Amino acid sequence: MTDYALLAGQLFNGVSVASILLLAALGLALSFGLMRVINMAHGEMLMVGGYLSFLTYRLAPARLGFGLALIAAFVGAAAFGALLELVLIRRLYGRPLDTLLATWGVSLALQQAARSIFGAIGVEVTAPKWLAGSFTVKGGLMAGFNLPYVRLFIIALAVFVLGGVWLFIQRTRLGLYVRAVHQDREMAEALGVNTGLVDLVIFALGTGVAGLAGSVLAFIAPVTPTVGQSYIVYAFLVVILGGLGSLLGTLLAAAVVGLFSAGAQIFTSVSFADVLLLMFVIGFIQFRPSGIFAARGRALEEG
Amino acid sequence: MLTLERVGAAYGLSRVLSEISLSVGRGELVTLLGRNGAGKSTLLRTIAGLHPAAAGRVIFAGADITGLVPYERARRGIGYVPQGRGIFPHLTVRENLRLGLAARFGRGEGRNARLPDHVFDLFPVLARLSERKGGLLSGGEQQQLAIARALATKPALLLLDEPTEGLQPSIVQDIQAALKRIRRELNVAMLLVEQYLDFAWSVADRFYVIQRGSMATEGNTRERAADTVAHLLSV
Repeated sequence: MTDYALLAGQLFNGVSVASILLLAALGLALSFGLMRVINMAHGEMLMVGGYLSFLTYRLAPARLGFGLALIAAFVGAAAFGALLELVLIRRLYGRPLDTLLATWGVSLALQQAARSIFGAIGVEVTAPKWLAGSFTVKGGLMAGFNLPYVRLFIIALAVFVLGGVWLFIQRTRLGLYVRAVHQDREMAEALGVNTGLVDLVIFALGTGVAGLAGSVLAFIAPVTPTVGQSYIVYAFLVVILGGLGSLLGTLLAAAVVGLFSAGAQIFTSVSFADVLLLMFVIGFIQFRPSGIFAARGRALEEG
Repeated sequence: MLTLERVGAAYGLSRVLSEISLSVGRGELVTLLGRNGAGKSTLLRTIAGLHPAAAGRVIFAGADITGLVPYERARRGIGYVPQGRGIFPHLTVRENLRLGLAARFGRGEGRNARLPDHVFDLFPVLARLSERKGGLLSGGEQQQLAIARALATKPALLLLDEPTEGLQPSIVQDIQAALKRIRRELNVAMLLVEQYLDFAWSVADRFYVIQRGSMATEGNTRERAADTVAHLLSV
């Protein structure tokens, strides 16, 4: 493998990680932007998506398994998110510390539930045959540059989801309500917008997208009870870096975090790359405390 | 149309309104006057459902709506134009107006909920500015947008909180003309909170004056001269 191929490979890995981070962070950014709620159990929505995919693969006929697994992960995690919003988060509105603590409790409970049901050791989901291969450059400067199809699929899915969420927010009536509530909750309500319903939809959409992230993550790594934990810290970094509630900021920040990690790993170990990443983010928010895009009340329509 | 029965309101332990009773008839324009801090805006917010009533009842179109949340009140036909206009700064004029349809979708009007023609008829400037962001409009344009948006909800009652505040005289005249037309042509009842006595007298049928959270006096603008209440409003 040439040095160019190695570099291109890391770059590609960075984009692929960024795609997963984008899917994981999108829901956090949306629900914080709209509701000022930090959901500590958001990582567990990845886990729920992963296990739902695993179950769907086992139960559904092989040919339909892939599509059904994605749908089950999205719908299942969204339904779980809706339940969480209705039962817990709605009742703690305006109490951010209590919400933090309560959702952390939910996170621990979900991890333990997964451990009890599926065991502490991860379960494997095998990608369908057409996703299993990879494209390898044979000769020239980039000889040895390898593009696994499954990672290409994840990137395409992230682009598709981001585009879908953007269209939803920009082009639909409910999306207009979302932008209005984001800017002035009280006025939106005085005009007849059921703001509680808007909160519910956005929260469920965010957790559903996280479930989708968990589903595709299952193709590249085993699903474990703590799979969410390994991504949630990065997802929070993305949200902080991007500006809370900003779609475009989230996209850029996911790219920065993904590429920074992958780039640093060329020169140093994975652990030290994490240290460098944290130092970078801490340094960055010294200069721009509100992230790439200052979010309060102006983020969604810019994304 | 609207009846308040001994309504009270408070911020925490501090009582700002007590025993307020008033009524607004169908298609009637009633003005609510008082010094700064008398509780006028709080009363409008209480009627819109944005501030809880600590006591009393709010009756609208024959139904007790005291316990209803704001969006349900909007769907029943209460339009609200807040002090400071409440324009969504990052939405375009068209989008701001479309939000006015939210109440009507909620009312089940579905596809029939289109922007009424009279919105642009009353405020032609909005048609020209329809793609401009709300935050980039002048104060006068924002005020016209706020009233137009409330009209898009097809209200039976319009709550207007100081619509002339901070506007140049020519725009104040436009607003005055628009309010008269809304009343005459659309038969919408209005409760108008106002600082300028002359403006209030020029459009309103009846008046109420609030002093330190309680009703001080009330009457008919045709029967009593504005001067007779001026002392209640001066600082």
